[in-house]
Amino acid sequence: MKIKLLYFGRPRENLRLSQENAELPLNTATVADLLGWLRRRGPDWAAEMTENRVRCAINQELGTPASPLRDGDEVAIFSPISGG
Amino acid sequence: MSASIQTADFDLATELASLRSGRAQVGALVSFVGLVRDFSDAEKIESIYLEHYPGMSERALEQIIDEASRRWKLLGVRVIHRVGELHPHDQIVLVATASSHRADAFAACEFIIDYLKTSAPFWKREQTAQGAKWLDTKESDLQRSARWNHQGAKK
Repeated sequence: MKIKLLYFGRPRENLRLSQENAELPLNTATVADLLGWLRRRGPDWAAEMTENRVRCAINQELGTPASPLRDGDEVAIFSPISGG
Repeated sequence: MSASIQTADFDLATELASLRSGRAQVGALVSFVGLVRDFSDAEKIESIYLEHYPGMSERALEQIIDEASRRWKLLGVRVIHRVGELHPHDQIVLVATASSHRADAFAACEFIIDYLKTSAPFWKREQTAQGAKWLDTKESDLQRSARWNHQGAKK
């Protein structure tokens, strides 16, 4: 499954990455699975990609860790919203 | 009904004049302007940086305005959210509502800013002498937003 990943706020800055195309392993069914996969990239990712620290949007709608992923999705991972 | 995301400043009087222009049925205009404070957690703020999710941020603002229009009788809505680097005293955000009567304009304006704070993808990073810090969603903002979850009236 291929998805487009976008990063905003704290994770974008700390991981020095704003977007990438990712090929996910077959068992990556939800946002929680995706975060677990990203945490295996190394200590910086492990520290940043916890369900407490980040929020998500799938195809530009707010999601939760339980949100399912599908091929071609645009998934954004970001620190908690703080505008206004 | 319109929303803009921009680096440029805005003029409240100009926006309100535009919102009521040619609409004699408008009996009430309500506006909220959010500003950059100079203190946070007892640290002096030098500047803030506002980031957004292009595409989703415009869509989220439009969805919030649509929801407000379903709940209240509105004749016009204007939302402007600034992005980029801002300094204390700068204007960050404008929410302005127009309706025939004040109750709808007041409620819709408060609803829109409350929902914007928790569901529109914008992020603030504060720069102080001690360093830079990304802000989290405030618990009080989550509570204010949650009050609107049931019907049109706030709890």
